[in-house]
Amino acid sequence: MDYLLSIVTFLPLFGAVVLLVALRGDDKMAVRNAKLLALFTTVATFIASMFVYSEFDPANTSFQMVEEKAWLAGLTYKMGVDGISILFVMLTTFLMPIVIGASWGVTHRVKEYMIAFLLLETLMIGVFLSLDLVLFYIFFEAGLIPMFLIIGIWGGKDKIYAAFKFFLYTLLGSVLMLIAMIAMWYDAGTTDIVRLLNHEFSSSTISVLGWQIMGGAQTLMWLAFFASFAVKMPMWPVHTWLPDAHVQAPTAGSVVLAAILIKMGGYGFLRFSLPMFPIASDIMQNFVFFLSVAAIILTSLIALAQTDMKKLIAYSSVAHMGFVTMGIFAFNQQGLDGAIFQMISHGFISGALFLSVGVIYDRMHTRDIAAYGGLAIRMPIYALIFMLFTMGNVGLPGTSGFVGEFLTLVAVFKVNTWVAFGATFGVILSAAYALYLYRRVMFGDLIKESLKGIADMDRREKLLFAPLVFFTILLGIYPGLVLDITGPSVEALVHNFETVVGAAQTATSH
Amino acid sequence: MLSNDISVFLPELLLALYAMAALMLGVFSKNQDGVSNLILWTTAMVFVLFGLWIGLSPEGVSTAFNEGFINDGFARFAKVVILWGGAAILVLSKEYLVKNSLLKYEFPVLITLATVGMMMMVSAGDLMALYMGIELQSLALYVIAAFRRDSLRSTEAGLKYFVLGALSSGLLLYGASLIYGFTGTTLFSGIASVIKAEGMSLGLTFGLVFMVTGMAFKVSAAPFHMWTPDVYEGSPTPVTAFFATAPKMAAAGMLARVLHGSFGDAVADWQQILILLSILSIFLGSIAAIGQTNIKRLMAYSSIAHMGFALMGLAAGTEQGVQALLIYMAVYVTTNVGVFAFILNMERDGRAITDIKSLSMYSRVAPARSLALMVLMLSLAGLPPLVGFLAKLSVLSAAMDAGLIWLAVGGVIGSVIGAYYYLRIVYLMYFGENIDPLNGTMPAMHWLLLLGASGAMVLGIFNMFGLETLAEMAALTLFP
Repeated sequence: MDYLLSIVTFLPLFGAVVLLVALRGDDKMAVRNAKLLALFTTVATFIASMFVYSEFDPANTSFQMVEEKAWLAGLTYKMGVDGISILFVMLTTFLMPIVIGASWGVTHRVKEYMIAFLLLETLMIGVFLSLDLVLFYIFFEAGLIPMFLIIGIWGGKDKIYAAFKFFLYTLLGSVLMLIAMIAMWYDAGTTDIVRLLNHEFSSSTISVLGWQIMGGAQTLMWLAFFASFAVKMPMWPVHTWLPDAHVQAPTAGSVVLAAILIKMGGYGFLRFSLPMFPIASDIMQNFVFFLSVAAIILTSLIALAQTDMKKLIAYSSVAHMGFVTMGIFAFNQQGLDGAIFQMISHGFISGALFLSVGVIYDRMHTRDIAAYGGLAIRMPIYALIFMLFTMGNVGLPGTSGFVGEFLTLVAVFKVNTWVAFGATFGVILSAAYALYLYRRVMFGDLIKESLKGIADMDRREKLLFAPLVFFTILLGIYPGLVLDITGPSVEALVHNFETVVGAAQTATSH
Repeated sequence: MLSNDISVFLPELLLALYAMAALMLGVFSKNQDGVSNLILWTTAMVFVLFGLWIGLSPEGVSTAFNEGFINDGFARFAKVVILWGGAAILVLSKEYLVKNSLLKYEFPVLITLATVGMMMMVSAGDLMALYMGIELQSLALYVIAAFRRDSLRSTEAGLKYFVLGALSSGLLLYGASLIYGFTGTTLFSGIASVIKAEGMSLGLTFGLVFMVTGMAFKVSAAPFHMWTPDVYEGSPTPVTAFFATAPKMAAAGMLARVLHGSFGDAVADWQQILILLSILSIFLGSIAAIGQTNIKRLMAYSSIAHMGFALMGLAAGTEQGVQALLIYMAVYVTTNVGVFAFILNMERDGRAITDIKSLSMYSRVAPARSLALMVLMLSLAGLPPLVGFLAKLSVLSAAMDAGLIWLAVGGVIGSVIGAYYYLRIVYLMYFGENIDPLNGTMPAMHWLLLLGASGAMVLGIFNMFGLETLAEMAALTLFP
């Protein structure tokens, strides 16, 4: 199985090509076949990724199952997996069958829809597995195209605005990263990520247009990467594309966006910013802390005032990503472990929350909170599931949401108590907006005429939620499932980081 | 000696003879329609074969006319792109010409003459030869811009092109005379050795600026771009397609040859000019295209922005920069052939439509064509994983390598602005409003070229079909 990673990456693309070429017609049979083929492909990809998982050795902190092949102009096609990336890959392959299953009700251009999602899956997996800068960039950036079409073709009323905003916003962030990547290429003479991780980029102070830049080239490159990852993440104040994109995207699009796409930002910090520009990261620590806490508190307050369910959850995503960036920039084992855990757990929880909104949206065709109320009476099972994920979102102990938040808070407390204080305050706010939403939608009397005939979840929907429920609780009870895998790689990362930054500090103090 | 010379410029000579023979055949033939059709196809065939011949001819540098004509790897690369681009446009133009009763034998003959001029431009080793090439090309192009002579627009386009073209030729000629006056030679190699020995003098700098200005008109770089949108819009669409492909390659090739062939030791003197031209073109092309509703005007602004990127490669002033320029131009020409194969078939009830709004929801009517155009548009926008991205990457890395970081940053920001209008076409085709759709049918040859171009943009990600090595070999010959 020398090409296992390539198989996992390109299997969905293969399915998309088969769909594009082999499937003709618009009749019922063709639509059904398109859905089944897409489901089959995503499940097959998941199974293939299980082989990766079983072959993976957590104790080994270097890249595993590496494939390498020469490509254009000194670039390489290089794939590999380590303790930081493997869980993101698993999260992607695990969620995609659920996403396809959640799209069973799509009637408009089903074939193209499935092609777009399969294409997107290939690109997402590629981001996490690529070990070449340019290859990474290609996967990272190309993902915009299918997402643009998903929002644009199958989106809501203001889809055009949202699609353009999403595209141009993220593109503008990314192109600066491209410039930094080219600069790294010339500095280190390679685009191989493994070799770049061992390359020390210059950090001596330089002056640009009369400004003294501490950390020199590292800081500039760090900022360029930050522009891309902060938009993707998204961090306050460049988060404004996310609520628009979420509201307008179809349910499955929102799930992919919240559960996987925005994790690329956090992954980027872990893969590039921290290990490759440690000095710059150290310099920028407080800056990131400030933005993270601002995100946690401000977007939680904004979430409180929302009238659209999807928008509320979108803002809560921004707040939760604030914990991730905060944890990453605490630069210690708990922080990084917690950040990865938070991202994985948020993948399940936010994905499930967007699916939950989709469930009632499919029935009532509105996401307006005011249009609901008293749903618990007619939809007890739905109310129970929604309750579980609301609690996960709040970070209740016993759900996976708790572990990530707790770890990042502990980590940051060691570094800066005020930041920890601000973030903890955000936890309270998150309870406020989440429970407030729950009360308005689920409790009270069922007085709205339109809701009187609403049906509870059907078998397909229950089936979709089952694995999400299972993992949210399992990870809450047994976090070792994630931490045992990430631990050694994170430890190595933190160790390298401390060595470099420590050496730099002793050098300056002398 | 003459026989040696002839073997060096044999392709040009034969092509010129072919043009005259075709002209004679056209003039003396009774059956005008039949012979025009025949000449059109034969010319396309001749272009393809000549492209093969030149492409497969042995490596090495040979010169004729006392170094006035250089046949080297660089020239051969440019000539192959020019000939094949021209052949593709000829194939595309037939249906349009027939429909508008413009199919006259003069059309392929003029294109052939323009092509000979272009081949001369990229092979020139002397200011005189350069000027002859430019004029031969330009005079033929002025005429075909006004080819639809009963149309006000087309006549206007021809006249505008002529007046501004004459102005730019004048500037160029003035610059050339200054250079001759200050170096005592018109040979590129002679100019280079004078500069090497004595450095740049003030008069020489003036001459250089005038020459670059004149050539910037030809590549339609901002701020010398004003003629482009009007000429693109007014000319018959196949002519627009031709303008957007082969002459651009020729002008860029000529610019590279003059700058590196004779001013290679004075990079610092022309680098600033090119940086300015490049950044202005990128921003002007990207911003001005946003408001366009006519797809031909849109492609005109798009070509300005793309020339900006091509000049970015040249601005690097390195061998890698020339390589990037060649890659960029080859990719650009290929993409444009595909895009114009599409534009030529934008019709409603037999009438040609150029309003981009008419593309609304086109993906419902013609899913395959829309998909192909989407790929081409995204490639023009420089998005991965399409070849347009690799072309931009090579240009950007050449600029970065030469230390032009701010130029590269400006370029990518411009490309984000530019992405907007390419995406707008995608948006119209895939989620625009429902309107009365276009209903033109597409001839098989057009479909083949559209599919070929978009397929190349996707599959080229693997190895760019070896383009990179070829461009590298070609660029090397400019740096002996």
